[in-house]
Order: sequence, then structure tokens, then C-alpha cells
Amino acid sequence: MNSLHNKAAIAGIGCTEFSKASGRSELSLASEAVVAAVTDAGLAPSEIDGLVSYTLDPTDEIEVARSVGAGDLTFFSKVNYGGGAAVGVVHQAVMAVATGQANNVVVYRAMNGRSGQRNGQGVSGQIVTSDLVHWSWYQVYGMLTPGSWIAMIANKYMNKYGVTAEDLGRVAISQRNYAVTNPRAFGYQKPLTMEDYLASKMIASPLRLYDFCQESDGGCALLITSAERAIDLKQKPAVIRGITQASTQGQEQMTSFYRNELSTLPEMELAAKRVYAQSGLQASDIDAACLYDAFTSEVVMQLESFGFCGPGEAKDFIKEGGLDIDGRLPNNTHGGLLSEAYIHGLNNIAEAVRLIRGESTNQPKSIEHVLVSSGVGVPTGAMILGQS
Amino acid sequence: MSESLVSRIKPVLGLDNKWWWDQAAEGVLAIQRCQVCQSLRHPPRPMCDQCQSQEWDFISASGKGTVCSFTVLHHPKFPGYDYPLIIVLVELAEGTRITSQLTGCEPDEVDFDMPVEMVMQRDADGFQLPYFRPSQ
Ligand SMILES: [Zn+2]
Repeated sequence: MNSLHNKAAIAGIGCTEFSKASGRSELSLASEAVVAAVTDAGLAPSEIDGLVSYTLDPTDEIEVARSVGAGDLTFFSKVNYGGGAAVGVVHQAVMAVATGQANNVVVYRAMNGRSGQRNGQGVSGQIVTSDLVHWSWYQVYGMLTPGSWIAMIANKYMNKYGVTAEDLGRVAISQRNYAVTNPRAFGYQKPLTMEDYLASKMIASPLRLYDFCQESDGGCALLITSAERAIDLKQKPAVIRGITQASTQGQEQMTSFYRNELSTLPEMELAAKRVYAQSGLQASDIDAACLYDAFTSEVVMQLESFGFCGPGEAKDFIKEGGLDIDGRLPNNTHGGLLSEAYIHGLNNIAEAVRLIRGESTNQPKSIEHVLVSSGVGVPTGAMILGQS
Repeated sequence: MSESLVSRIKPVLGLDNKWWWDQAAEGVLAIQRCQVCQSLRHPPRPMCDQCQSQEWDFISASGKGTVCSFTVLHHPKFPGYDYPLIIVLVELAEGTRITSQLTGCEPDEVDFDMPVEMVMQRDADGFQLPYFRPSQ
């Protein structure tokens, strides 16, 4: 259980510009992000010997390898389940580094999520696989988008605990406040008020426009190496205290509607239990978080999954300013997927690394440990980053 | 607006789910049942997760249930569907749940625990699928 504790570190981060129309191929974006990550670490692309991405990423590992002039690869892999792969790709890299399969593994995700294939376009397909049979139970009724799937669980949770539109709005506004000062962010210099939030159009009740993440073009990459080696590299390492993937009984991709309890996130609870055990830490040791935020409701529910408050108490935690820079748990201090950009969660991990380095545009006072999670409603994962 | 000429997205049909749609075409809301331990399951799967048996049959559901959760979809609008589109997660009297559409109800009238009953929808192209409506 403790075998991955303090074994690896994120030693480099790289991001392209985030936009609504990159005018470039995903390979171009991925290549720029990967080179930026290794350069940030003080390494050369030829020192890359491992590459990991998402199954949803259009650019294969060897395309990136040839493009950037990587070295010989001894580890390459892809992780399934959309944004659930954000921590998953790092998990693959950590295991590879910890077991000596590779020394310098770069994880990447590059997408034209606005100008190209948009998530809101919905799922479709021709070949009969068990996965497509799964989606077909929802497609046939017109339930085709991530918002529609998440809304079903959000509505149940909100009804059970009396969570209001204003409560969701506070999450959107808290993260927009961070984005306002972040030049990379879509929300840079674009404040959001509660009036704006409540007036925004209903998309999939109870979720409004501002409950949804951005649709973005851009790329992100992270360089993972051993904790030992990271000390000698250019940047202050973000050491991985604990990391895990998590999928629980009755798991479907986005539509786990048939479990007894629908007001919790069992896979996040499993991830929490494992990262806390692996790191020897608990919720009270976590100073900031980058909780996956494709939708505002996901942040609310995860506060309970990770034990920052009890069931039904997240709305009060948020109302008291718990997610803000001087609050109990500054969260998504770059604006997150809601207000910086949606690079499938990898940009949230990049921000978690900045928080450990002390380099966020919204750096809270003292940061020892940062919690990061990946996609909600899908097979997912979580990790805790700490100082070297 | 008149009914859209474009039809809804049809389910892919494989060995594990075609039988269920065949039943719907006959007007039956089927629930898969394990022949060994008798447990019910939906959506259909080839193996019982309780006893690992792949022997199964099905029962014809009463069609009675309550709204466990719901969402009203406004945007984006896909051809083949009418908006606002009320999607319901129905807890059937038999104990399994099914994701479906609520018809004969205003979007602002759908509520948790609302009693509903199955009504078989027949599209212009002859495709049939179970909808639900408020219990009469
Ligand atoms: Zn059985």
C-alpha cells in the first residue's frame, strides 16, 4: 500500500496558450506542452523515455515522441474514462518511475475542445461494444451530454440536502475570482456576479451555463521522475505523497444511476481513503485543493467525499468562504476547469504543482499539501502533492 | 413546431441488449432476472453480479414507479428530440431503476417521489420505447 509514497515527483509543467480556436493541430499543441514541461524541469526532449496520455487524446505517444525528438521509449500507456484519466496518467507514470521502467515520463493532454470535437456534441457510434451498449440506454432518450448525466446526480444530492442555485453559484464565483487575476484563464479580468450567475440560461436543470466548465483549445504536460532525481532538477519538486485510481461497484461512465445511494461519490470516497492511507495524512493536513470541476456540483460533493466536512455540510463550508484564498481550503486557485480552461483536468494538476512551488497567481499563505482529484462520475483517482 | 422529421438515435443492438428492445417492440417493459438467485437487474448484463450465473430470463414490469431523480434538458437541442426534454430516473415497483423520458407533464411540475406509470411510445418510424407519465 505504501509503495508509491514519496517515490516520484512532478518536476516539470508545461502549458500552451488556452483559447477557443487554436488554429493548430492537437499534435502541435501536445508537442509544445511536452517540450515546455521537460524544459521547465531543465531536461532535454531526448531524455524522455516514457509517455502517457488519455485514450480520448487524438495524438498517440509515438507521434509526440517523433515530433519532439524524444529518446528511446521504454514505457507508453493510455488511460481510459475521459477526465477520470487526469490523475490516472500520473499514476501510470509514478508506477513506471517507481519500478524502474522509465526515468523521465511525460504525461500530456492536448485538445481542440472548442474548435474541434466538443464534449457537448454528444456521444455516438456504430460498432457494437459493451461501452456503446451502455451509452445507448441514454442516447435513445436524448441524454447525450456530460451535463445531462451529471445533472441527474446533482439534482438528487441538492434535493436531499437543500442545496440551492446560490450554493452552486458560490463555487462558480469563487473560482472566477481566482481566474480574474490569472492571465492564462478564460475568466481573466471577467468578474462574475451572483446576478450574472442566476440570470444565465438553464442547460440541464439544475445546472446553468456557469455551472459548466469551459470548452477550450490547448495542451498541458507534466514531467514525472523519481523524487530522488527531482531534487537535482531545475524546479522545486512536487513530491507525490499518495496516488491512486478508483472505481467502485455499480460504476458506469457518468451514469451510475442504479446504486442504492445517489447522493455520494463512492469512487471519490475510495480515492480519499487510499490517498490518505498512502500518505499518512488526513483532510486536516490538506492546505489547498484542485478538485475536479467540470461542473460546480462536483466540487460541492467532493468536499464531503474527501472529508472536509460531513454529509450535507458542503454548502455551509462554501457559504463560509471555505474555497476562497483566505478560507479553509483554497480550491482551484487558477480558476479551474470552470474559469481557466478545460484541458481535461491536467491544467488542474499543473496548478497544484504551482501551489507547491509557491508560484500560483493566487498563492495562499502556507502550503504544505495539495489534494488533486480527477473526473467525477467516471472511474477516477486522486493524489496528494507535498514539499520535497 | 411539428414533429421533427429526423428520428431519435437508435440503440446499438448487441447480444446483451437486443432482446430487451425486442420486448419493447412488443409493448413489454422487461426486467432481466437471474434464473439461479432470482435477483432483478437493469440495465441488462449477461452475468448476475450476485451469483455469477449467466442463466437468465425476464419479467414483464408492472410499469408503476416513482421519480428517483430527474433533469430537464434545454440545451443543446439534438434533432429527433422535443425540448424542454424531461429525463427521469424511475424507481420501479419491482425495485430496479430505469432512465426514461417523462411525458404528459409540464417541466416545472416534475418532482421527486412523484408516482409515474409506463406508457409505450411509438415513434413515426415505428420504433417503440418506454416513456413514463404521471400516474392517472
Ligand atoms: Zn444470480
